Amino acid sequence: MDLKLLDIEPTEAERVVVDLFTGMGRDQLLPALHAVNDRVGWISQGALNHICRVLHIPPAEAYGVASFYSLFSLTERPAKVVHVCVDLACQVNGAKSLCDRLTDELGPAGAKSGWLRSPCLGVCEKAPAALAFEAGEVAKEQLLAPTHAGEVIAVAAAGPSHVDGERAEVPQAGVPGLRLLKRVGVVDPESLDDYRATGGYAALRTALLLGPSGVIREVTDAKLTGRGGAAFPTGRKWDATARQPVRPHYLVCNADESEPGTFKDRLLMEGDPFAVIESMTIAGFAAGCSRGYLYLRGEYPRALHLLRNAISKARERNFLGENIMGHEGFSFDIEIRRGAGAYICGEETAIFNSIEGFRGEPRSKPPFPVEQGLFGKPTVVNNVETLVNVPVILTEGCEAYTRIGTEGSTGSKLFCLSGNVSRPGVYEVPFGTTLGELLDLAGGVPPGRELRAVLLGGAAGGFVRPDELDLPLTLEDARAAGTTLGSGVVLVLDDTADLGSFLLRIAAFFRDESCGQCVPCRIGTVRQEEALHRLVGKRPLSTSAQDLQLLREVGQVMRGSSICGLGQTAWNAIESALDRLGYAEEAAS
Amino acid sequence: MTIVEIGLPKRLVELTLDGEAVRVPEGATILDACTASGKSIPTLCYGDTLKPANACRVCMVEVEGSRTLVPSCSRKVEPGMVVRTDSERTQHSRKLVLELLGSATDLSTTPHVDEWMSACGADPSRFGPSAPPAADRDDRQPGEHEEIDGSVAATVRQPTKVDNPLYVRDYGKCIMCYKCVDACGDQWQNSFAISVAGRGFDARISTEFATPLPDSACVYCGNCIEVCPTGALSFKREHDKREDGTWDEESQTQTTTICTFCGVGCNLTLHVQDNEIVKVTSPHDSTVTHGNLCIKGRFGWQHVQNR
Repeated sequence: MDLKLLDIEPTEAERVVVDLFTGMGRDQLLPALHAVNDRVGWISQGALNHICRVLHIPPAEAYGVASFYSLFSLTERPAKVVHVCVDLACQVNGAKSLCDRLTDELGPAGAKSGWLRSPCLGVCEKAPAALAFEAGEVAKEQLLAPTHAGEVIAVAAAGPSHVDGERAEVPQAGVPGLRLLKRVGVVDPESLDDYRATGGYAALRTALLLGPSGVIREVTDAKLTGRGGAAFPTGRKWDATARQPVRPHYLVCNADESEPGTFKDRLLMEGDPFAVIESMTIAGFAAGCSRGYLYLRGEYPRALHLLRNAISKARERNFLGENIMGHEGFSFDIEIRRGAGAYICGEETAIFNSIEGFRGEPRSKPPFPVEQGLFGKPTVVNNVETLVNVPVILTEGCEAYTRIGTEGSTGSKLFCLSGNVSRPGVYEVPFGTTLGELLDLAGGVPPGRELRAVLLGGAAGGFVRPDELDLPLTLEDARAAGTTLGSGVVLVLDDTADLGSFLLRIAAFFRDESCGQCVPCRIGTVRQEEALHRLVGKRPLSTSAQDLQLLREVGQVMRGSSICGLGQTAWNAIESALDRLGYAEEAAS
Repeated sequence: MTIVEIGLPKRLVELTLDGEAVRVPEGATILDACTASGKSIPTLCYGDTLKPANACRVCMVEVEGSRTLVPSCSRKVEPGMVVRTDSERTQHSRKLVLELLGSATDLSTTPHVDEWMSACGADPSRFGPSAPPAADRDDRQPGEHEEIDGSVAATVRQPTKVDNPLYVRDYGKCIMCYKCVDACGDQWQNSFAISVAGRGFDARISTEFATPLPDSACVYCGNCIEVCPTGALSFKREHDKREDGTWDEESQTQTTTICTFCGVGCNLTLHVQDNEIVKVTSPHDSTVTHGNLCIKGRFGWQHVQNR
């Protein structure tokens, strides 16, 4: 293929960072775009042109990829920019007044004024949040959470002062009996020795003794299910991949945690990064993968830093690389890929396209990832929390593991409590704990307020009412009650919350994050937002009943005919607000 | 002599289609099975010379046991599959998909869409009055949210792009079927002049940085126009004649011949109106071209009418 490039050259700074990719291929497109963005803060025509020359990619395709991600700008942008979260948990905690102040003082959101509105930054326990970024020879990022207008304005002017945020904290830190969170906030996340001193890498040793099929048997018998939202049996996924004769096999750890209200994976990666690396190694061993990709969302700088540290230390000590832990023939290594601001890339096939250097659009299934996944090869995709359960299963044994939780939902589960709740944060409880008990653990709604509703499972989940707090948090009970645990979001709304604005934010989120590939989702999410605006603002086209009908019909076609889970679930929360919370009558009155 | 690869005989798969047992060769799609049994399923992004894009969702059918509807254009038949093409759920999906498309896109030059819409009672106007055309669609930033109030229905209406003497790109008519991108890219032409850019409702077909076609990798083969299902892409000549009201498809004749420019031997179909060539295409079932041509065969015919 002959490339026709634009007649525009990069600046010297751009050329230097792009030249580091010389000799590499298409799958380095996203890392190369990040390199340019980190260096200069935006992707110029000259820079994109040079990336295309070095990686041998047609410019139109590279442009299509670069323009897919919200963290990249193809028009000039200053080196310093602050991304201010306006998503669900932040909205409940004053993001709107924060943005109003910023608009007054800095001007409307945009490249010129140095601040941008952002979807969920995944720090909902410290809302409202903002992420400051400054491009340069060493790009700097700083998480501001909880923040206020004064701080954002100061940081927008001065730039971020340091790379990291605070240490990972969970309200239950140090409480006995924790399994998934036992090290979070307790053990030094940078120290491999501390990790080993608290039982780290015992599970990998057990796995190497059990052999791949033994590990798969343990995980299957433990009845571990995926914690990313779909709850697919993990053992079955591993087994189906392990049986594929085609080589190589790949492992993808899905750390593109972007469901609004979800921040459990961030805390695991920041608080116990070695556990993520060990778990991936065990999964790779079981499913016959020689290479693992950790796809980390672009907005998690501290997790990136800690995971990089963990991987390099693990390599030094032969926990990654060739013949791991002296086990002849078992080689496995991990590459981190940073996302760049696209919720859809957490979809299990979109993540492949993103890693391969294409637009992060979901693929049509079948074929399923276990047959044809990353680079067309058999691939296991697992969520961070799912993987971190594996060492627990191998060290405690599958029988002990199945005694935690219930018959149909084994083990413990992380829940992300945020919104109007006294002690927000990630909580670990056994499956079967009731919603009410979980809320009590987090201190309930602030004193003097009444519970209005709980958004369970995220923007793709659904609402439950205050009279449903006895709902046991299990997959089967949630299903029977017509709701879902999703990714573990428990976003609490009290009587001060503005439900209409909250629903509008959910609709805006899906409109912004739709990849645009299929009609039901691309246009349906727009029509949904428009109809909801009319309903909430009481400006119907003719009657509110007609707008409700439109919403329901659009919702039905998105659910039934969209390619992937984003479109299929884009109507869930709004439907549950209309029917379960009675918002339909409220809006129509 | 042309040697035709006939391959191994294919097993037949039996499935139930709208209550009737049908047998089709293994590897066929549900759409193939429908066509074989005389059922007409509307399609837009499906192309007989392209891999299914699965994007338009007009051809969705119900398969027993599947939580969602499935695209008939790409889903392969399986033994014992129970397929319904006319259930209430399928009808509703088709109606809504056509309504959504019609509410956002100018479908005035999309063949058959009026029949399909009236057959299922689709009314695109029920989403409200159309928003005015926008000139900034090429510059939209993913994730940047446009404040709306729901009083108008967003559309992709925008100014027509005319930046060269051969093509017109009227993206207000574009339904994002991916066919032009696939024809330009690795499925046929390997020019890669265009790609899908942007995201969500702001997704669009674009050259790099929306640069004009003459500065892009475009080689003017016209193969994108050949596969465009809506008239968003058209030949300048056809576009101009449509504009001034002199395009008369009814009176046109089509004559298939062989291109004289080189030794490849491409089939050309000359569309002639008033004894004048007005368009050149190529038969999709031609084993030489599969419907594709190069700039010479597609546009180099003026000398023929140099009388």
